[in-house]
Amino acid sequence: MRTRLSTLFDALLPVLATLAALAVGAVMLLIMGVNPIEAYAAMWDGAFGSGNAFAETLVKATPLLLVALGICISFRGDVINIGGEGQMIIGAVLATWIGLTLTNWPGWLVITLSLLTGFVGGAIWGGIPGLLKAYFNVNEILSTVMMNAIAVQLMNFLLRGPMIDPSQAERASKIPQTARLIEEFHLARLVPTRLHAGALIAVALAVLVYILLWRTTWGYRIRAVGQNPHASRYAGIKVSRYMVLALLLSGAFAGLAGAVQVFGVNYRMITDGSASGFTGGAGFNGIVAALFGQLHPIWSIPASILFGALLVGANKMQRMTQVPSALVTVLNGLVVIFVVSSEIWRRRRQRRRMAVAGPEETPPPPVEKKPQQAEAGA
Amino acid sequence: MTEANTLPSGRTRLDRLEMRGITKRFPGVLASDHVDFDVQAGEVHALLGENGAGKSTLMKILYGLYHPDEGQILLNGQPVTIASPTDSIRLGIGMIHQHFMLVPTLTVAENVALGLPSSRGALTDLDRVSKRILELAEIYSLKIDPSAYVWQLSVGQQQRVEIIKALYRGAALLILDEPTAVLTPQEVDELFVIMRQMTRDGHGLVFISHKLHEVVEISNRITVLRDGRKIGTRPTSEITKQDLANWMVGREVSFAPDRGDVKCAEARLQLENVACGSDRGTPGLRGVSLELCSGEILGIAGVSGNGQRELAEAITGLRKVTSGKVLLEGRDITGLTPAEITDRMLSYIPEERMRDGMIKDFSVAENMILREHTKMPYSRSGLLNLREISRHADELIAQFHVKTPSHDTLAKNLSGGNIQKVVLAREIFRTPRVIIAAQPTRGLDIGATEYVREQLLEQRRKGVAVMLISEDLDEILALSDRIAVLYEGQVMDIVPREDATPERLGLLMAGVHPEESAPVVK
Repeated sequence: MRTRLSTLFDALLPVLATLAALAVGAVMLLIMGVNPIEAYAAMWDGAFGSGNAFAETLVKATPLLLVALGICISFRGDVINIGGEGQMIIGAVLATWIGLTLTNWPGWLVITLSLLTGFVGGAIWGGIPGLLKAYFNVNEILSTVMMNAIAVQLMNFLLRGPMIDPSQAERASKIPQTARLIEEFHLARLVPTRLHAGALIAVALAVLVYILLWRTTWGYRIRAVGQNPHASRYAGIKVSRYMVLALLLSGAFAGLAGAVQVFGVNYRMITDGSASGFTGGAGFNGIVAALFGQLHPIWSIPASILFGALLVGANKMQRMTQVPSALVTVLNGLVVIFVVSSEIWRRRRQRRRMAVAGPEETPPPPVEKKPQQAEAGA
Repeated sequence: MTEANTLPSGRTRLDRLEMRGITKRFPGVLASDHVDFDVQAGEVHALLGENGAGKSTLMKILYGLYHPDEGQILLNGQPVTIASPTDSIRLGIGMIHQHFMLVPTLTVAENVALGLPSSRGALTDLDRVSKRILELAEIYSLKIDPSAYVWQLSVGQQQRVEIIKALYRGAALLILDEPTAVLTPQEVDELFVIMRQMTRDGHGLVFISHKLHEVVEISNRITVLRDGRKIGTRPTSEITKQDLANWMVGREVSFAPDRGDVKCAEARLQLENVACGSDRGTPGLRGVSLELCSGEILGIAGVSGNGQRELAEAITGLRKVTSGKVLLEGRDITGLTPAEITDRMLSYIPEERMRDGMIKDFSVAENMILREHTKMPYSRSGLLNLREISRHADELIAQFHVKTPSHDTLAKNLSGGNIQKVVLAREIFRTPRVIIAAQPTRGLDIGATEYVREQLLEQRRKGVAVMLISEDLDEILALSDRIAVLYEGQVMDIVPREDATPERLGLLMAGVHPEESAPVVK
């Protein structure tokens, strides 16, 4: 039946959009004189070709997933958090500080404390724009972006001054980085690769976020406020409080992502002056992963792996085919554009179907779970 | 009817439009089952039926929003295909939607020109559009100023803009989807004048309405639909209201609900000189004092915008009370939060149920616990008990006869009447002491309206204090024990049911105190 087909089509749309983006990318590769099949083969090989490659993909996917989980919460509450980068940085800085200060404490305790501190740091950095929105009606999109800039400069300041690696402080070069965390504080490696326990934490948290959103009164209220603040207010829910909570939790997960990067991958913080120098853009790419996963925490897992694979595979493609690394960013961007616009298109189709079916008709075709964020500003 | 084959707007007449054997299936539902329908130039053909009976489906097929699975459409005897609204507009079919499709911040002329190519290419031709609007307004006696901004217009005037828009696009046949639902009685009269003029001029009109007396008043023929099937078509002169009502719901409908005696045992809700602002910053309520007793229905009558919304919101804590006091069962609740007030067993059925009463992207079950989700047994220490929530929803669905495929169905997929049943079920099931019901039957069909009213009376019998805020005077008169009339944020008078007549209330609603005038018995 036509409606069932269109439901299936809706479900497959992100995949089709990704393929379309890769097709456009293929054209660009052709223009640059590179065989796209070879290039994509290299990409696949780089991302999934070996145990090591796949582990690397998962390492990249971990911060994406953590940020995406926060995004699932905030976008479901109809608050748009673009501050993942800054929240990651603040979380990482605070966690690193704990790790570098409490050197005499047992490893498990310091790791736990550090990750919690990262969580709280991100929560604070997300909560501030939340409060500003709830009580002063400040647009959270702008304020979270501005908070990113503040976080970057704070990091640059700390890593050049108070938190600088003592050994660097003595040298003339003065590389802006912290000291390295001691071995006991590193997150456990899972297999003999760079894959670390952070990936497991992220997956476990995905389940927890699912429970939070659909099995708790908090989640119920966050979703209610996101879907219809009027009815929520009429039902006695304190709308602004749950807006703050959504943004705060969203920041917390990004903060945790930052802490996990330090304790699981880099073991120190180092800055090249930009935010993405530390985050690798995960604060932004996590948003895309969440949207790709339909703002559903569980679906965000494969979505994050996909984007992790794109990042890792692109490196390999670059090495094998000599395409400039910028093309990788372009490919990434293409996927984002295609997926996001397919989502808008899908929603419009759905709305048309709804409009056509009208409130008077009994059942319009069953529609896939819908993220509802894009009504922002309407 | 005019002799010529052209309409006053200059367009060719559509003598006869016929729909034959129209069938439309939705998953699990036969929305339209071999329905025949036709409309001729110079007549008003009313389409009646409960929500979900298939009226909208049929008209949306005619307007090109849907494609029929079977059947055909004939225009003056010639089969036509209507693939989209563009086609239907080209063929001369216009539709006035229940919810206006106007941009409030644009002028009338800009709204009419919206979406049409300009005769000057890239430049606007609003002067020409305005001129044409004035011509049409002249021909059809539709008073409208093309340069007025839509937000400045009353609902009735906005509807006229919609009609002009359709005529401007060359509509010979107009579908009016519940055009009277949003109008005041005076505006309805004006609309009917326009409709009569249009039929005299040779337009064909399809009129969809729930209000029987209007249908009887304006239509030439009536077609009744039920469950997607046509029950019959008959000239209006041959049928009575009661016939129609029975036809529509397929059972006897009582128009005069049964009521017991009033017994005012205790004052449940007291308002002492309550004042508050409105959304526009003007005074909303200006010193309202009321007393609501257990076991009574206090009707609040008034022309829309005279403080009804503010009254409900001031009581429920949604609007700040600037002076005066609200007492619930003797305790001062002024300034408490909405949650604190509803926790004292005050229930509220909000006026705009789609916006304020429910969350359309939540399931029926989730909507059922909107107020009580933090309470046992629906949740325990923050964790929702999904099994209990589903069980609760199923119980309410059965008890309140909500028509829904399941409790997991999203609320937006229910019909208006069933959405109101969900709200009603949620608000009544918690055994409130006071119910504030604002426009509880607005836009509902006869069956649902009767059901809602019966439930309110049932609550009254149980001793609940019910405040019924309604702009439907018939409803107020049928249900209330006492009637308070609001005028410009003040109570004009409180009239006992026995002394209330439409004339007396009408005068009060207009702000006129009928001094010592003996109640006219009708």
